[in-house]
Amino acid sequence: MAAAKEIRTQIGSIKNTQKITSAMEMVAASKMRKAQDLMKAGQPYAKQIRNVVGHIADANPEYRHDYMIERNEVNRVGYIVVSTDRGLCGGLNVNLFKAVVKDARVWSQEGAELDFCALGAKGSAFFRNYGGNLIAAKSGLGEAPTVEGLIGSIKVMLEAYDEGRLDRLYVVYNEFVNTMTQRPVVRQLLPLSPDMGADAKHDEENARPESWDYLYEPDAKALLDSLLVRFIESQVYQAVVENGACEQAARMIAMKSATDNAGNLIDDLEMVYNKARQAAITQEISEIVGGASAV
Amino acid sequence: MANSFTCNIVSAEASIFSGSVEQVVASGMMGDLGILPGHAPLLTELQPGPIRVIHDNGKEENFFVSGGFMEVQPDVVTILADAATRASDLNEAAAEEARQEALKAFNEKSSELDYTRASAELAEAVAQLRTIQQLRKKAGKG
Repeated sequence: MAAAKEIRTQIGSIKNTQKITSAMEMVAASKMRKAQDLMKAGQPYAKQIRNVVGHIADANPEYRHDYMIERNEVNRVGYIVVSTDRGLCGGLNVNLFKAVVKDARVWSQEGAELDFCALGAKGSAFFRNYGGNLIAAKSGLGEAPTVEGLIGSIKVMLEAYDEGRLDRLYVVYNEFVNTMTQRPVVRQLLPLSPDMGADAKHDEENARPESWDYLYEPDAKALLDSLLVRFIESQVYQAVVENGACEQAARMIAMKSATDNAGNLIDDLEMVYNKARQAAITQEISEIVGGASAV
Repeated sequence: MANSFTCNIVSAEASIFSGSVEQVVASGMMGDLGILPGHAPLLTELQPGPIRVIHDNGKEENFFVSGGFMEVQPDVVTILADAATRASDLNEAAAEEARQEALKAFNEKSSELDYTRASAELAEAVAQLRTIQQLRKKAGKG
């Protein structure tokens, strides 16, 4: 009977785990809804500011900001990697880091050095092991990240860019396709790529004369300085909230499959347990019968 | 459609307003600006203050922004607000309270307080009051 008892304890412990995973699934499902709302709320601003910046790139400004000029030589490349603070969300972070490493390898083959900025605890932990040059990190963003919380790390990267220590800046995050699918994307932040305002260029304004420019108040330099910084901040913020929605969705799916797997395990173990119990009973009966016939 | 244009007001948290309007009055860095259809392309930073929107049916609506940017294209105006609220949601008592608090913090410079933050808070509170007073004046007139 020892085997049967062992199996019963095992079933008990799997049942406990199943309770935990199914609770986590439900928590993630409710958090996902909130995270999605946050993501959707930020979208209009991100879209409009991208339009405006697209217009600026399209115009013939009297003053071309440093961020708009493509640099000939790329010596250092920076990545802002948006990861989660907590684990248990399937392959979300691993896939993201794979995408970063793959992209970074292309650059290092071209002789560029790499700098990283990790948003989220998992990113910091990864770069500690991977050995990348981590120049900024921020974790503990929580479920409702604020732009204020991100400004510091973004500033580190932008300053590096201003001082010429970085020639290119990317942001890497998970794109929320739907609840089942999250896709890691590497998007170029700086210099501003021409396709950024692609959706703006295709409207009827195309008919405008080639060289036009804005009137600037107060002046072009001060205005573009703060507008472009705001633009970068909003893009990173949007990446963070989108990644947040991905995290909850991925966790929900991971926990759902964990719960299902626990169910399957329990079924299998119960089968084994019943067999063992049956075998024990059969053995006892045959022992009794054997004993009775011997008398 | 020559008499109206599209106006979008968005803040980082939400889309505040989007629709066809006749005129937009905003407080830019160098003073108030009235935008009519067909305005030359313009890009400006906004001061904390009221934004008045006149719909194409002649109705007026007020918004409050605590800073941001405005982009003007001949047929579309985009306001990227740091934080925008409908002016009717503003509460004068709350604004006055915020102003007093900011002033108090301002005077207690010796304390640990961040001086620039206090002055930003003060500017915002004053701008909110300005919006409310503008609204009130209008209501008294009408």
